[in-house]
Amino acid sequence: MKLWIAFWNILHKDMRTYYLKPPNISWGLIFPLAWTGMFFIKSGSALGSIQTLLPGVVAISILFGTTSMLAVTVTFEKKNRSFERLLLAPIPLEVLMLAKTGGAILFGVANAFVPVVMAVFLIDLSQVAWGAFIPAVFLIAVASTFLGLFIAVAVSEVFEAQTFSNFFRFPMIFLCGLFFPVEKLPVFLKPISYALPLTYGADVLHGAVHGGHAMPFSLDLALLSAFCVGLFVVSLHNIRRRWIV
Amino acid sequence: MIDTIAVAGLRKCFAEVEAVSEISFSVRQGELFGFLGPNGAGKTTTINMLTGLARPDSGTICIGGIDCTGKPRAAQYLVGVVPDESNLYPELTGFDNLCFCAALHGLRKAERQARARELIDIFDLTKAAHRKFGGYSRGMKRRLTIAAGIIHKPEILFLDEPTTGIDVASARQLRHLIADLHRAGTTIFLTTHYIEEAERLCDRIAFIVSGRIVRIDTVDNLVQPMQVKNVVQLTCENALTDIEARLSESFPDLKFNDIGKGLIRVEGDAPIRVGPLVRFLEDQGGEVSEARRMRPSLEDVFVRITGIEADAMRKEKEKAGGGQ
Ligand SMILES: Nc1ncnc2c1ncn2[C@@H]1O[C@H](COP(=O)(O)OP(=O)(O)OP(=O)(O)O)[C@@H](O)[C@H]1O
Ligand SMILES: [Mg+2]
Repeated sequence: MKLWIAFWNILHKDMRTYYLKPPNISWGLIFPLAWTGMFFIKSGSALGSIQTLLPGVVAISILFGTTSMLAVTVTFEKKNRSFERLLLAPIPLEVLMLAKTGGAILFGVANAFVPVVMAVFLIDLSQVAWGAFIPAVFLIAVASTFLGLFIAVAVSEVFEAQTFSNFFRFPMIFLCGLFFPVEKLPVFLKPISYALPLTYGADVLHGAVHGGHAMPFSLDLALLSAFCVGLFVVSLHNIRRRWIV
Repeated sequence: MIDTIAVAGLRKCFAEVEAVSEISFSVRQGELFGFLGPNGAGKTTTINMLTGLARPDSGTICIGGIDCTGKPRAAQYLVGVVPDESNLYPELTGFDNLCFCAALHGLRKAERQARARELIDIFDLTKAAHRKFGGYSRGMKRRLTIAAGIIHKPEILFLDEPTTGIDVASARQLRHLIADLHRAGTTIFLTTHYIEEAERLCDRIAFIVSGRIVRIDTVDNLVQPMQVKNVVQLTCENALTDIEARLSESFPDLKFNDIGKGLIRVEGDAPIRVGPLVRFLEDQGGEVSEARRMRPSLEDVFVRITGIEADAMRKEKEKAGGGQ
């Protein structure tokens, strides 16, 4: 019970002070809109192309809503030392970090549904396999958030967190098959693609929305889950090593 | 009595700096233990190791009967910490900060709100309770940080320079509060660079210099060896010319020192009889208003043992700005 009180209050505080602030909410709305608009203009309009764009826009919305948000907020709290309060609380480190990342994960999931809601007004989404789409959205949010955590542990300044996040995020847009299939990438880039968690998430999203996927859903989701666990375990290990000096 | 904190051979290095070298001490249950030393002595590093924010290079730590060696966070549910710098959330109000800290320790909503209100009242922050912490003055920040450290009524409290950077009235109030917590049975580990504060509050004191503990004892035991000299201070309302020489002539066994403003310091190897001195001064036309037996202060002891001028230590600290 005590643990649950602590968990819920950490999550609630982060939601209130970071994620549910007007600038963040509007960012969550504007961002998918801008991407959709951009591709829409470029692809010369046919409504059908929205179906092929949607998975990429959803993935990007999650990625941009979580990774740097988490990296920046955690680095900020490390810097002003309020993070020490959390490290001093009688909570297992695993629970603490799940609470700390929970807010960003929920924010990422919420961001993912902004483009979906927009698409509802433009195209018919009745064929979408929600049973695969929703778990994929959730796991992409978890993986992107844990990537943010991984970054937060590696840096010590807020601007480094921002820069380092971009270092990961921007290549991922092009390497993970969000808008261009991985098969069409040059051979030497493919191994990198398959080393990135978002590739598997994007594959499920494409499959769920318009049926074009390279691997079985179960394999994609299993690999994505493995990335989540791996990133979390490595981050926790680094926290123990670097923050409890 | 039971040892609430037991530390043996604790050592911590940062790159080339040996911040704490092989210190051993124990703090008994309910004791108020002072950790006194100059800048960079290793006080904060020691607290960090005891509270699970830092990992010792070697040595053992036992807190509240729990062996924390290799498990730095094992005893955190027993402990409250007031860090040397205020580290609450700038974007939350004072009240919300306290409630949040209470929640971290698992207090239920009604309980944490009641406790937060109580502490806000005690620390005289009622008017600022619903303002953001980021906008607090340094003293207000300090007080709220202390309130946050005791919100869950910890059995063991670590206070890292609690009175640095706050005004005299607040500092006094805070000392009363620390004394109250002590009376109520809380074990308190207090670091400070205010020697008078340590002298007034602490049961036992450890002097730490360059990462080493040079002395641990009760205030009385620390002061006693210095008491071999007997010192009396006389106060004259009017200035007397050349009084030092005249006194020395009449009382050859005693040493006199005219420190100005009518104050005369008298030192002797045997206990000093004040009557003849006062009569002599009055015969010389002096109006003696006070004769006081001087007890050596902890400050004298500190200077003697560590060779560090207490004044220099305080000044250095104040220049650096102390806590926030
Ligand atoms: N994270 C760190 N990295 C490198 N050196 C450190 C670190 N923390 C402390 N030190 C060094 O360890 C020594 C002890 O520092 P510590 O903060 O424990 O001193 P202190 O007694 O608390 O001093 P103060 O009265 O100024 O607060 C200092 O030389 C300091 O420079
Ligand atoms: Mg310190």
